[in-house]
Amino acid sequence: MAASMQIRRSSASLRGEDSLIRKLPVVSKYIDTTTCIGCKACEVACQEWNDLKVVKTEQTGTYQTMPTLHAEYWNLIKFSEHDLGDSLAWLMRKDQCMHCADPGCLKACPAPGAIVQYANGIVDVNPDKCIGCGMCQTGCPFDVPRFHEKTAKMSKCSLCVDRVEVGLEPACVKSCPTGCLHFGTKEAMLELADTRLLQLRANGFTNAAVYDPKGVGGTTVVTVLAHGDHPEWYGLPKDPHIPLGVRFAKSILKPLGLIAIFGAVAGMFGHYLRSGPKEPHEPPPGGADQSGTTKETRP
Amino acid sequence: MTNGWVDIKNADVVLAMGANPAENHPCGFKWAIEAKKVRNAKLVVVDPRFTRTAAVADVYAPIRPGTDIAFLNGIMRHALATGRFHEDYIKIHTNAPYVISEKFSFEDGLFSGFDAAKGEYDKSTWAYEADPKTNAYLVDMELNHPRCVFQLLKKHLDRYTPEMVERICGTPQKDFLKVADIVTSTGNAARVGTIMYALGWTQHSIGVQIIRAAATMQLLLGNVGRPGGGVNALRGHSNIQGATDMAGTFEILPGYLKTPVSNQATLAEYLDKAAPTTLNKQAWSSMNYWSNYPKFMVSLLKAAYGKAATKENDWGYSWLPKTDGNYSWMYLFDDMYRGSNPNRAGGQEPGPEGFITFGMNPVGIGPNTSKMINALSKLKWLVVGENYEIETATFWKAPKEYGGPEASKIQTEVFQLPCSGFAEKDGTFTNSARWLQWKWKAIDPPGNSKTDQEILARIFLAVRELYRKEGGALPEQVLNVAWDYTNPAAPDLEEVLKEINGKAVTDIKDPKDPSKNIRTAGQQLENFGQLQDDGSTSCGNWLHLGVYTDAGNLAKRRSNEDPTGLGMFPKWGFSWPANRRVMYNRASADINGKAWDPTRPGIVWNGAKWVGDVPDIKPDSPPGQFGAFIMNAEGVGRLFAPSLNDGPMSEHYEAIEAAIDNPLHPKVTSNPAAKRFKSDKDVYGKKEDFPVVCTTYRLTEHYHYWTHHTNVLNQLQPGFFIEIPEQLAKEKGIANGQRARITSARGSIEGTAMVTKRLRQLTVDGKTVWHIGFPLHWGYSGDPQHVGPLANFLTPSAMDPNTWTPEYKTFLVKLEKA
Repeated sequence: MAASMQIRRSSASLRGEDSLIRKLPVVSKYIDTTTCIGCKACEVACQEWNDLKVVKTEQTGTYQTMPTLHAEYWNLIKFSEHDLGDSLAWLMRKDQCMHCADPGCLKACPAPGAIVQYANGIVDVNPDKCIGCGMCQTGCPFDVPRFHEKTAKMSKCSLCVDRVEVGLEPACVKSCPTGCLHFGTKEAMLELADTRLLQLRANGFTNAAVYDPKGVGGTTVVTVLAHGDHPEWYGLPKDPHIPLGVRFAKSILKPLGLIAIFGAVAGMFGHYLRSGPKEPHEPPPGGADQSGTTKETRP
Repeated sequence: MTNGWVDIKNADVVLAMGANPAENHPCGFKWAIEAKKVRNAKLVVVDPRFTRTAAVADVYAPIRPGTDIAFLNGIMRHALATGRFHEDYIKIHTNAPYVISEKFSFEDGLFSGFDAAKGEYDKSTWAYEADPKTNAYLVDMELNHPRCVFQLLKKHLDRYTPEMVERICGTPQKDFLKVADIVTSTGNAARVGTIMYALGWTQHSIGVQIIRAAATMQLLLGNVGRPGGGVNALRGHSNIQGATDMAGTFEILPGYLKTPVSNQATLAEYLDKAAPTTLNKQAWSSMNYWSNYPKFMVSLLKAAYGKAATKENDWGYSWLPKTDGNYSWMYLFDDMYRGSNPNRAGGQEPGPEGFITFGMNPVGIGPNTSKMINALSKLKWLVVGENYEIETATFWKAPKEYGGPEASKIQTEVFQLPCSGFAEKDGTFTNSARWLQWKWKAIDPPGNSKTDQEILARIFLAVRELYRKEGGALPEQVLNVAWDYTNPAAPDLEEVLKEINGKAVTDIKDPKDPSKNIRTAGQQLENFGQLQDDGSTSCGNWLHLGVYTDAGNLAKRRSNEDPTGLGMFPKWGFSWPANRRVMYNRASADINGKAWDPTRPGIVWNGAKWVGDVPDIKPDSPPGQFGAFIMNAEGVGRLFAPSLNDGPMSEHYEAIEAAIDNPLHPKVTSNPAAKRFKSDKDVYGKKEDFPVVCTTYRLTEHYHYWTHHTNVLNQLQPGFFIEIPEQLAKEKGIANGQRARITSARGSIEGTAMVTKRLRQLTVDGKTVWHIGFPLHWGYSGDPQHVGPLANFLTPSAMDPNTWTPEYKTFLVKLEKA
């Protein structure tokens, strides 16, 4: 296994926040919405590479393929129209898992090892460990994980972890005809974004910005927005956070729970020290035989 | 394209108009994005709809469908009024200084020479004036002569003020002026701009004139022949350029040679009419490359008839089919529908009884679907070569609303031959950039399906056998065809490409040293300079010459080598003509052969020869010897084109179904030379009954009428829809996602309403004019879950008089809630 694929963090783990000694560069997908033409090549590439099934859709009055992400559709261009007074913005933003540095899904997941974050930053579902409870959905501020009816597991973009592991870019990046998608280290992608931002601002998009929200520790997906002051126009939360409930459960209740568990154990030990071992009561006459008989006759 | 896809990255300004490249050419569009990112180029989109191209544009201006000439003429007027045009360029590289006959006039919407009865122009009054003393072209290099092209153009354009542009196009003046300023910023040596256009310009009754306006504008701005410039047609199919090069339409032979007509009995008579001649001109003479026409034609006849073509029998010229009227497919269908041939001389013979169609779906693509279906039902037999069961093959079971006869009453015998798809055969694709690129077969055709060439070859061999056995009216025509393929029943396409390139039939002597041969018998030719008119060379298409030489099949080349750094990639595939990447590239340099912009040279004169791209001029001819436009007899680019059928300068006319009376000349509202038919099915609507302007288009997610058979793509765009501006939808009580119905004079269809801000209300000639549109990808064949109305049920059979291309892009409808 490549070092980048070592597991840095794992759901419901007792090992703590970060279990790796080595710090490897985090990979990143760059999305420049200002040069995205909504052609949906990435949608098809994602579906074909990941062997996802065709989803039945319906024309409801939009160019968007379907209303939201789907267990068989991990990559969706979201279209929206905005009247800017003297001009119009028809925004297209590629929606998929943002691979947060501080992943709410991982935090919320109760199944040990079902959601992992690799050393390279990719957040992935391990179907072998996933119990399909859907808790990750409640932890995700971007509404990404979906329950897959057939496998009864959670399903989402893996940033083509199998491609990345062997040094390839994700399928969506490979298929993009305009080059609005790039793949590399997060540092390099942020540099790319800075260059583009300077150009956009010089060309009148004074609010152009990179979407890399701090509330989730930053995202492994770096998105350039011309209207950076309005991420909600692109279907992005303005200031995403892991939901309070999940955060409360994981950062306060979980330690409290641990304290309670360890407290109980310590208490029991103290009790033992104080009171010594519990003496057995006298067995009732013939009791052992009776219980033995009961066990044996159980169906 | 005059230039090429990659070359778009060299532009300072990219005007996408009559095209929606982000949606319909997404891969090529990457170069527009590259220009934006690397050069900070400005992308300008002028379109009736705010498209996905507009979504990434720097400036978008709305326009009423079909009014592009008024817009472009307005830009040119702006260029002339502000001095933002390339004066040095137009003096040497265009016919701006040329004086036109005093018989030429333009009054009340009509050019001189109009014959109202025929609806045609006599073009003789649009001619150049010859200097009476020298018989050379009369020119005024100061551009002051009142009848010089520059002055005539200026006068012609003077009416197209920003106010008039707004009145005709509905484009607010401030939007128009923003576009005009950016586009005319390239009217100098330092900057260059390109145009990307497609069927949004060609599919009008004034289609060719729109493109003429664009070409005139680019010449005026000095943008033709230069890297980053040009007039670039984005072709709508992966190999439509190759199809056109190889005689895709009835009036041309391979290499754009003209189809002989029935009164040209001998080759000499034909050549006399077909090959243009030039007047002498002192300072700047013309190569008139078409003077080589006889070499191209004789070599083509040698390729067609091989040994049977001899000097004595005029190289087999008499066996070539001759036309006696219009055989473009619109006319064929009119003949078919009417059961006679009124469009040809005589006109009393019966219409066609059989029809063979390959790689084409006439029921889908033809205007006025009901007429198409009824026409096919009059045939005795129909052969469809396809890999899907397309609408044409199942025309006899078209839904009732299309107005065809009941299936039981149709006698047409239909044969569907299963053909291989594009990935199931090898061969070349010629892209919009004129690059012939070899493609390799990916998989074998399934089942019993065969490649097109095998099906055609086997039909040919069977027909030839019948002629051999039974004789017939003119058996030589078929029996003499050269068919020297290793496997005659399924010719190898590399062999065919070799034949197209051409070879020496006998040894060809070096004219400079007759003791040497430039080619020996049987050797592949290297360039069209080696072609001869004495039967010693054979060549299937002179334009493709160079693609398959002794060096092998150059269409297979895939080298990323880019010596100029301008993305010309001379060792990638083969770019016709002569592997030249930018056409008219002599115009990239000034009178002394220096590049207008040294950072983007096309070719430059190094004192002994032209270097850079493959020169579009005699390589060792010093600057000043020949004009840059070697295919024009006068040697220069045409701001005034005496050759078209509907006027030497572009004039705004309304569509055949006009939304308003032409504000410039209400008595001549539409193109007076446009063609239309007269059958009972050819009905045209009036604005009083059909008040809404409508246009049709394609989507990124689908390919023509083909991919509604493909479920991955159906998922992306599941069904037919109608795009309706918000305010109009409100007026009609139609909400997004509800059903709407549109009706034209010819048909009526229903679909899901897509209510949008991207189409908007325009004020035209003082009135509100609405426009709507819908994509064309559906039909009645295939998976019942993915059928939909045929868009062309609504479109009219009105045509451009130069190309007979139907007016799919502007027609009138009414809109209702369904």
